[in-house]
Amino acid sequence: MIEDSSTSYRATAVRNGAAVENFAVDLDRGLGNPPRLPEIMIKANVNLTAVLEIKQLRKSYRTPEGEVKPVVSIDEFELHAGAQLGLRGESGSGKTTFLNLIAGIVKPDGGSIALHGQEITSLSEGRRDRLRATVLGCVYQSFNLLQGYTCLENVLLAMAFGPGQEKAFATTLLERVGLSHRLSYYPRQLSVGQQQRVAVARALANRPKLVLADEPTGNLDPVHASETLTLLREACAEQGAALLLVSHDEGILSAFDNVADFRELNCIQYVKVL
Amino acid sequence: MIVFFIVYKSLKQYAVSTLVSAVAIALAGGLLMAVWVMRQESNKTFTSVTGGFDAVLGARSSKLQLVLNAIFHLEDSPGNIGPADVEQAKNNPNIELALPIAVGDNFKGYRLIGTTEDLFDRVEYAPGKKYSFQSGGKRFTEGEKEAVVGSFAAKQLGLELGDTFHPFHGLQYDETKQHAETYRVVGIFEPTSTPADRVIWIPLQGIQKMSGHDPKAATDVSAVLIKLKQSNPMSGFQLDMLYNRRGNRLTFAWPIGSILAKLFDKIAWFDKILAFVSYLIVVVASASILASIYNSMNERRREIAILRALGARRITVFGAFVLESAAIAAIGMVFAFGIYTIIVIVASSIIREQTGVVINPAEFHPVMVVAPLGIVGLAALCGVFPAIKAYRTDVASSMAPQS
Repeated sequence: MIEDSSTSYRATAVRNGAAVENFAVDLDRGLGNPPRLPEIMIKANVNLTAVLEIKQLRKSYRTPEGEVKPVVSIDEFELHAGAQLGLRGESGSGKTTFLNLIAGIVKPDGGSIALHGQEITSLSEGRRDRLRATVLGCVYQSFNLLQGYTCLENVLLAMAFGPGQEKAFATTLLERVGLSHRLSYYPRQLSVGQQQRVAVARALANRPKLVLADEPTGNLDPVHASETLTLLREACAEQGAALLLVSHDEGILSAFDNVADFRELNCIQYVKVL
Repeated sequence: MIVFFIVYKSLKQYAVSTLVSAVAIALAGGLLMAVWVMRQESNKTFTSVTGGFDAVLGARSSKLQLVLNAIFHLEDSPGNIGPADVEQAKNNPNIELALPIAVGDNFKGYRLIGTTEDLFDRVEYAPGKKYSFQSGGKRFTEGEKEAVVGSFAAKQLGLELGDTFHPFHGLQYDETKQHAETYRVVGIFEPTSTPADRVIWIPLQGIQKMSGHDPKAATDVSAVLIKLKQSNPMSGFQLDMLYNRRGNRLTFAWPIGSILAKLFDKIAWFDKILAFVSYLIVVVASASILASIYNSMNERRREIAILRALGARRITVFGAFVLESAAIAAIGMVFAFGIYTIIVIVASSIIREQTGVVINPAEFHPVMVVAPLGIVGLAALCGVFPAIKAYRTDVASSMAPQS
């Protein structure tokens, strides 16, 4: 539900450009985490670059019966640099497809996706792979760590596809997520909570502009879930990465200042998120 | 290059299947190289075994039988030739040396060869090499019951200087057919790496007059080993004409090397089958790499998807699989040289035991370069199939959470 923008700092989706003048106040109060962009810049609407800009995005699948089933239909969606948004989405709502579209793993039927200013729908697959490695970080429900690689190697491997391996930074990231004593452990030797923390470190390995998180706490118990969520949000903020987190868990979403509902996003005309 | 790291990690992660496939390649590659080298080397070695002679003169029979009997000490004797023929050969101006031999007895399966003292004085078993004794040994004296033993036979029989033994009748050992005579070992030859290492030499009359042998044949011999006069290049042709074309009682087997070469030609089909089988084993082993990687593809689908999601290109993933397959083969080929060494040592010791001929397995052969390269290439080719599957892996569906 997109709430009334004048009263709540969570009310981030703005219809048809209305109530734009309220957002600076909201930002200051709501985004408790860095980056704390200077108010004046926001007010002047200068340098607020969108890390993600989506227009007229369409994706449908063909069912085995031959019917065409629309999955994603988003007219406009924008996420600014450093912003954090919780996206409420039930399973089967197309949220994973939406994230895959942003990641360039799935090709849309139509529309445009600009990732850090780069239109990805017209890029070759190789260029999309490269962009994914340099601009995006991903955290998944099932962690998706490589079992044959140690914690450090998992992070370093992600770096290898991006700008290059920086062992010192990889170590720093793992220290940040509290795993400096587990660098040479294999995923199977870690608890699920620790595994997801490795995944967080890996997502940030290439200093991404945007981190996509798909039910990142779905496999964790509530205590670890909230710890991991806090870590993910703080770490993204520290690294200057925007965070787009999809979940169906209200407990998780309630931690976000900005929450949008994917079902509404998927059909409403215009959603703007700070 | 990150792809090498990915391959290394994958080999390690699937260490058991890596090892099994590598062992299969090692066995196949080792066998292939061993078959190649052994057939070439044995061909080369056997056709050069002459015992220092150019030809064999014997009863009318096949030349091959004569050579195998008189030079390799393997076949039965085709029959006897009389003393007149021996004398005639000795006096033939084309013949440098005619050494009569008589066979028909053995000691525990090792042949007794009766011959004259010319063996010690005039025979060079290899160019410039005469038979020499191990320390303390001496030649037999004609007319005495004395024996000189080849080095391999002495070792296998445990015979030492001064030992005595009773020969057995026939070329095959039959313990019921023991002769009454007692022979004393007076000398043991140094190893020659020829079939002569496997026989026991006694004076010619010893065989001829052994108790129980037909007294009417007491002056016959089994064959005459012949060294041609080098001064006449036509001597071999002339003797061939004399014995084989105009005569019909005797066979003149000449030249020894080409008779053996004809044998190898005749059994070349066997060679080809052996080579074919070893190629087949290599193909099967390479296919086993393919199978083992292909079987693990379901397991790996998720890993491929993760790599791709992290930004790995399709071609990187493809290359990793081809390289992994080639790497398994390369590891296997390192071990293959060990397998090869074992096979040729076993095979050449069997050949030595059976024939006395020593084959040098340390000889370098081009196949030792060609086979590893070929097998690694073949394995890389096999890796293309799982690599295509990896290349086509759909990231989105392969990444879906497992429940």
